[in-house]
Amino acid sequence: MDWIVHASTYADSVDNAILLITWLVGFWFFLTLGIFFWLIIRYRAKPGVDAQYLTGGEAQPKKFITWIHMLVLVCDVFIVVAAIRVWVEVKQTLPETPETQTVRVIGQQWAWSFVHPGPDGQLDTPDDIKTVDDLHIEVDRPYIYELTSRDVMHSFSVISFRLKQDAVPGRVITGWFQATKAGDYMIQCAEMCGIGHGLMPATVHVETPEQHAAWQASQSGGAMLAQAGR
Amino acid sequence: MATAEVTHDAHDDHGHHADAGFVKKYLWSTDHKMIAMQYLVTGMAMALIGGFFAYVFRMQLAFPGVDVPGFGIVSPAEYNALVTNHGTIMIFWVAMPVLIAAFGNFLIPLMIGCDDMVFPKINRLSYQVFLLSAIVLVSSFFVQGGGFGGAWTAYPPLSAVSAYNLTPLGSTLWVVAVALEFVAFLLGGINFITTAMNSRAPGMRLYDIPMAVWMIVVASILFMASVGPLIAGAIMLIFDQTLHTGFFDPAKGGDPVLWQHLFWFFGHPEVYVVLLPALGFVAEIITTFSRKPLFAYRTVLYTVFGTGILSFTVWAHHQFISGIDPRMAHIFTITTLLISVPIAEMMFVYIATLYRGSITLTTPMLWALAFLGEFLIGGVTGIFLGASGPDIFYHDTYFVLAHFHYTFFPIAIIGSFAGLTYWWPKITGKMMNETLGKIHFWGTVIPFNLIFLPLFVLGQLGQHRRIYSYEGFGELMRDDVLLGMGMQDLRILATTALVVMLAFQFVFFLNVFLTLRKKEKDAGSNPYDANSLEWLAPSPPGHGNFAELPTVYRGPYEYSHPDRKAKGTDFWPQWEKE
Repeated sequence: MDWIVHASTYADSVDNAILLITWLVGFWFFLTLGIFFWLIIRYRAKPGVDAQYLTGGEAQPKKFITWIHMLVLVCDVFIVVAAIRVWVEVKQTLPETPETQTVRVIGQQWAWSFVHPGPDGQLDTPDDIKTVDDLHIEVDRPYIYELTSRDVMHSFSVISFRLKQDAVPGRVITGWFQATKAGDYMIQCAEMCGIGHGLMPATVHVETPEQHAAWQASQSGGAMLAQAGR
Repeated sequence: MATAEVTHDAHDDHGHHADAGFVKKYLWSTDHKMIAMQYLVTGMAMALIGGFFAYVFRMQLAFPGVDVPGFGIVSPAEYNALVTNHGTIMIFWVAMPVLIAAFGNFLIPLMIGCDDMVFPKINRLSYQVFLLSAIVLVSSFFVQGGGFGGAWTAYPPLSAVSAYNLTPLGSTLWVVAVALEFVAFLLGGINFITTAMNSRAPGMRLYDIPMAVWMIVVASILFMASVGPLIAGAIMLIFDQTLHTGFFDPAKGGDPVLWQHLFWFFGHPEVYVVLLPALGFVAEIITTFSRKPLFAYRTVLYTVFGTGILSFTVWAHHQFISGIDPRMAHIFTITTLLISVPIAEMMFVYIATLYRGSITLTTPMLWALAFLGEFLIGGVTGIFLGASGPDIFYHDTYFVLAHFHYTFFPIAIIGSFAGLTYWWPKITGKMMNETLGKIHFWGTVIPFNLIFLPLFVLGQLGQHRRIYSYEGFGELMRDDVLLGMGMQDLRILATTALVVMLAFQFVFFLNVFLTLRKKEKDAGSNPYDANSLEWLAPSPPGHGNFAELPTVYRGPYEYSHPDRKAKGTDFWPQWEKE
């Protein structure tokens, strides 16, 4: 699918599974629709031509139906395998390389809060960077996210990454992503969360390591100033 | 209100003993045909409300901030309430009452050859509870804070805590209305099942029951078996709202995802609850107008039961990304895709029925064929969503929305019009105008596709549902995505098509009005030369339905039988001995 940007490592896997289904389903759809319209046109009532008494109880048509069943079932197997492979890649594997970092994503009415690790790469240290509605990550670096909600259900969705996960209050749900293209991408909330549900646009900034370091420096500078002021 | 009617009723009885009064005849009747009309009229009135809601929020989406004619400027809270109640109304107060209750009540006694439901008073109570539920729902729009706006799925904690949804009264009335509606359909369902099993005409074996009756019976069984958990859930939700219990509140040890399981355990079988009656009508119509037996009657029947059982095992495909254990997704992907087998089979069998037929494209036949064509799109797009991996992308996008409108619109609207135009001569004794019928058909079906095909495209581009205005989302305001149209142009196209489609509904009401005004009852008892028992009764059927209760000698689809052709006729009614 070149319809929309694919900017994560698994975006192509999701798209390929969709493409496979499109081909299989498209084949059946156009075949069925074609036969359907052909029958309607071919067997329009004509004077002198009677309908035939076919109950479908005969062996021949039954065989025909069984044969189609098998084909549908085979298509189903292909689709199930493709779907599960993508699912396992996106939802059931976590990157365990040393460069992996963790970010915390918190949904609330009606904004997204993010906790980034500072230059030390660790969460829950004094150099953590907290932002609202702006997530800053490095391109080509795997990230694990810890997603939760402060109030109601939200859903963290980055279409360009093919990433979507509900945020459930009382639970921390872990997942991952790895961006492949620098740029700014839209974050939507994908679960009805009240009056401001349509007013939660946020942005994920995918940055080169230099840009990211510069951003971190600007933020930690601010933090230090704030500490000094206190 | 009930007491007022009772006294009125008693008063009327004193007045005219011979002629039943208005209340007794139209509001307090136990006659299955009158109860069917009550459900039909209430359902159509609710459809107008639901359609008006769609018009208002589509106007807001196409022209953000516009002063919508007939409504005014739409606030985000109103937008959410409109979207929520559009869905709630169309499923629970339109599809259910029209497809199951109205047609079930009208058709079951007539098609199985008896004089009324086995529990006529429970039947009357069913409608009264339903009417009460509709009143409660409509009243929820006018209370302080406005109607509930937490989506028709009502996920807690949003639906459970008024500090989050800001509609303290509206959300409680909404749940109460839905729970009452379930009670009404439990009362109706027990009647449909019992009547079809116990009151069949002598000679009617299980395999001689017309498909429309079978489908409504199976739908009632599915409904009754699936709704229990959700009624329990609704009561827990009401407790959470009003008594501040914590069934769905994690801070009090509850779990919000529990609701999703209870809701969708009912919610997915519910799709088949409304689908099956529509499929039943289509079976009656395509056999009549192609003069062919239903292809593989028994296979259809087994398929219906198979689909029904499978439909209880697929609910969590609505919850792939909701935080359930990710391993669960595999099981539900497999069960969901398995359901494609019986549904595809049903499709093939219906299409095979047309083979070597003698097809007449009357208005009901057009509706029935349109049902098959449009539902096919709804069916195949469901595969994308039932597959766990692709659903990560599609979940809660407009692709989902377009998909289920391609199932529910054929079911609730096309299916209802198919049934209504087909049985109209039986209901009123008068034939509808075919030209107006066809204008209405094309004026509904063409705009329908122009509404929802663009929404597939928008979904494919990542547009999410239930968003009040897309102006804040740069990626959703792209130019030139399809045939030179930008995303906003597609939204305007969908809205325009909706307005056109709604306008064409006046043709239907005009047709109804003109038909009812005709003095002469021109339909006769069997205008289509059809086989099933309702065509033996006079049109419209009087009290007690049949002059003499019929005996059944064969199945309902004996069209073009060679023995009959020799005698110069192509149909063989169930009630004729030779």
